[in-house]
Amino acid sequence: MKGKKCECGHLNPEGATLCEACGKPLEESQQTDASGKKQLLNMRYDGSARRSQTYNKSIIDKVWNFFSSVKVGVWLIVLTIIASAIGSIFPQEMYIPADAPNRDPAVFYEDRYGIIGLIYFQLGLHNLYSSWWYILLIALIGVSLVIASIDRVVPLYKALKMQKAKRHESFISRQRLFSETEHVSEADLEKIKGHLRKKRYRLREENGHILAEKNRFSRWGPYVNHIGLIIILLAAILRFSDVLYMDEYVWVREGETVVLPGTDREYYIENHDFILETYDEDDERFSEAIAQEGTIPRNFQTNVTIYRDSANAVAGAEAELTPITEDQIRLNEPLKFEDYTLYQSGYQQNEFTSMSFKVHETDDPEEEALANFTIDLTSPDGVYELDNGFRVELGEYYPDYYLDDNGIPASRTDYPRNPAFVLFVYPPGSDTAEVSFLGIGKNIEPTGENEYNVGITDFEMRDASGLTVRVDHTLPFFGAGAAIFMIGVIQGMYWHHRRIWIHPKGNGVLLGAHTNKNWYGVEKDIEQAIDGTSINMVKDQQEKDE
Amino acid sequence: MSLVSISGSLLYTAFILYLIATFFFGATIRDKRTDDKKGRSGKIAIGLTIIGFVAQIGYFITRWIASGHAPVSNLFEFMTFLGMCMVLAFIIIYFIYGLGVLGLFALPIAMVIIAYASMFPTEISPLVPSLQSHWLYIHVTTVSLGQGILAISFVAGLIYLISEIDQTTGSKRTAWLETVIYTIFLFIGFIVITSVFNFMDYQATFEYTEQNATTTTTEYNLPAIAAPNEGTLLTEGVMQPWFEAPAWMQGADAGRKFNTVIWSVLAGSVIYGLVRLVLRKRIGAAIQPLLKNVNPKLVDEINYRSVAIGFPVFTLGGLIFAAIWAQIAWDRFWGWDPKEVWALITWFFYAAYLHLRLSRGWHGEKSAWLAVIGFGIIMFNLIVVNLVLAGLHSYA
Repeated sequence: MKGKKCECGHLNPEGATLCEACGKPLEESQQTDASGKKQLLNMRYDGSARRSQTYNKSIIDKVWNFFSSVKVGVWLIVLTIIASAIGSIFPQEMYIPADAPNRDPAVFYEDRYGIIGLIYFQLGLHNLYSSWWYILLIALIGVSLVIASIDRVVPLYKALKMQKAKRHESFISRQRLFSETEHVSEADLEKIKGHLRKKRYRLREENGHILAEKNRFSRWGPYVNHIGLIIILLAAILRFSDVLYMDEYVWVREGETVVLPGTDREYYIENHDFILETYDEDDERFSEAIAQEGTIPRNFQTNVTIYRDSANAVAGAEAELTPITEDQIRLNEPLKFEDYTLYQSGYQQNEFTSMSFKVHETDDPEEEALANFTIDLTSPDGVYELDNGFRVELGEYYPDYYLDDNGIPASRTDYPRNPAFVLFVYPPGSDTAEVSFLGIGKNIEPTGENEYNVGITDFEMRDASGLTVRVDHTLPFFGAGAAIFMIGVIQGMYWHHRRIWIHPKGNGVLLGAHTNKNWYGVEKDIEQAIDGTSINMVKDQQEKDE
Repeated sequence: MSLVSISGSLLYTAFILYLIATFFFGATIRDKRTDDKKGRSGKIAIGLTIIGFVAQIGYFITRWIASGHAPVSNLFEFMTFLGMCMVLAFIIIYFIYGLGVLGLFALPIAMVIIAYASMFPTEISPLVPSLQSHWLYIHVTTVSLGQGILAISFVAGLIYLISEIDQTTGSKRTAWLETVIYTIFLFIGFIVITSVFNFMDYQATFEYTEQNATTTTTEYNLPAIAAPNEGTLLTEGVMQPWFEAPAWMQGADAGRKFNTVIWSVLAGSVIYGLVRLVLRKRIGAAIQPLLKNVNPKLVDEINYRSVAIGFPVFTLGGLIFAAIWAQIAWDRFWGWDPKEVWALITWFFYAAYLHLRLSRGWHGEKSAWLAVIGFGIIMFNLIVVNLVLAGLHSYA
């Protein structure tokens, strides 16, 4: 290994700018400048030998040096900030409002935001956070975290481990906080040592040279928190695995039992009841707010039973459902069973399940029923044979009726939210049908000559719950990453590494001090440590705005 | 007297006490001592601040009892709480550094925030299902404590800039500093103009059609300069709007909010202009002589220290607790909702700040500018994101 031998006898690794043992400046960059003016030492990472500052030949060196630079890291952060901000200008695709006239992103952005919206959409900014380049930016930050940390933590650890209590005179005198005292008595030295110990400094002595140090562990804080961040980024990658992460959505109507998607047909769910409660407007605490804002919901809840299909393993076998849990799912109170978590994520109120009709004579003012029938909207029949020889054919069925742009009846969805029908009514013994069009609040006979009329007599409705089905084994990794990050960041920010050197010179001492943050704090420590001694208070040798 | 009105009076008391305390902190700057904690006016000032803070805690507790939930659930409650956290952060930093001039700036800014908050609806509203969780208290209180501490770094940055920027000639730096001060005046403008018209009980109702073709009405409490896009004025005998908000301004009450912004800018500019007329120099230049005893290195360190203390708190509340709650309520801990994005931006920004402090040349003035920008991002997230980019967090 190439290295530099310091006059104190310590062999330093190549690239060290200060001797690891005695702190004597080794590199030109740490020497006094041409004017002979005393410069402060660059104490970053204790002048240790960082790879990035030493080698710059091969491509690996260059990549390493690029990512180990704090400047590059900050630039990556700045770019991420700008990109993130751009993504929040317009709603991302998943946040296109539900009540937008057209939720197709190709239409929505131009429709609502004009030409800028169109450009936004065409650049793919409506899915910015999942774009390859945004993910790449985050990945580069991750790479920078790893390389920059390794580049610093290893040499810093070595340098702090190697340091001797006895330092080179120029090391002390070129610290930011420094004082020189001509005459210091033994008693005063004992006093200052006692004070420092009381302030929980750890003291090391070599031939009268004293190093008082505390909170060295705080120097590792940044590296600990970077490890936490890297765990979080790795956990995000784990999400791409099907085993660790599964995300499904299911609509269950009241009274229905359906298979839970993503469970390999092993689990079923039954929706007993969906409950939507609102705040009482007579509650005097809230009446004013309710008067202003309108109805305010209080609870979204689905009462469910989860079943397990015990015949599941047998191929083709009929499902044999055994209830395993009966519970309520509320917003903020998801239901957990086995590895699965069910969240109350959406609802649809008042879907029609069935509609009942009667046939009566058009002229009959009493509208006396000649025949009755009921259409099951979940599975309507094609033909209904009725009493008294009537026959009704279901010509057309629109579950969610509306008139499209050309004025032609159509269905918006497959869910019976606004059902409408075209019915062919065959009177007893007749082969010619009378045509009726029926819907909520609509009863149209195209010819106006129908002998018989059909009317809605009754209907049944139910609610539907939208539930998210989720398996997420990556959460513990995110949790661990976040916890480690917090430990690291607190370790680094709430404690400060402080070192005070006392260097005998003649009858007196030189006193120098260094900290990585909170200079005010270390000055106060020194002030209290020298209290009652002849030792001079340190001066801050740093010029304003270094 | 009802609990709600007791609560309101306590908040008012706190506000007045902060105001008086500000004057006493002002008195400390003539004191040459480095530690203002020992001076008489310093002692009175911090005493009043603490009593004010206790009164505000009283407001918080009584309102909590009255409503049955922690009062951090709408913009008024949240901003008021932020003001309180800022005062708490100031008290802590004051006991570490004993710098009175910090109070001279921190308290007025906290007061502007509290007054600004009071301009929004103050009725107690019940919690919608997504907010019914203990995480509401845990998340929101930690976030605003973090933001309150970070706000102190802004205060320190502002003091640094006012005291250190050369005001003998106009420059880019003086112009930017004036812009920052002017922005504070816009908030004051908003508060003044809203209070005036609230006092007059001004109301004008507009009817307009939203993009999804439903027709709604919106209530203006300031005379309409800008009407909602394609809106018609229903109220008679009030000022006719001068023009309509442009069509791309969509969303709930976009026209009304736009109108409020116009009024705030007008009122803020008038007040700023009057102050300039009286002072006959840049406001920064007028304050500078007051700060001649300020030790810039100490102020710079307070700037840094506040970020160092506030950053972990903000991370915990704004990202970690937020993610835990989002996982419970919305089945995903992160969803790129605008509020989440801007919390991430805030976090990234202060992370960049902390890394830049490692480099030479980023202490002092540059750090001060960064602290100002950081606070700008926080306020952007609170105000613009809530009122303009509103996503899932639009209630808060």
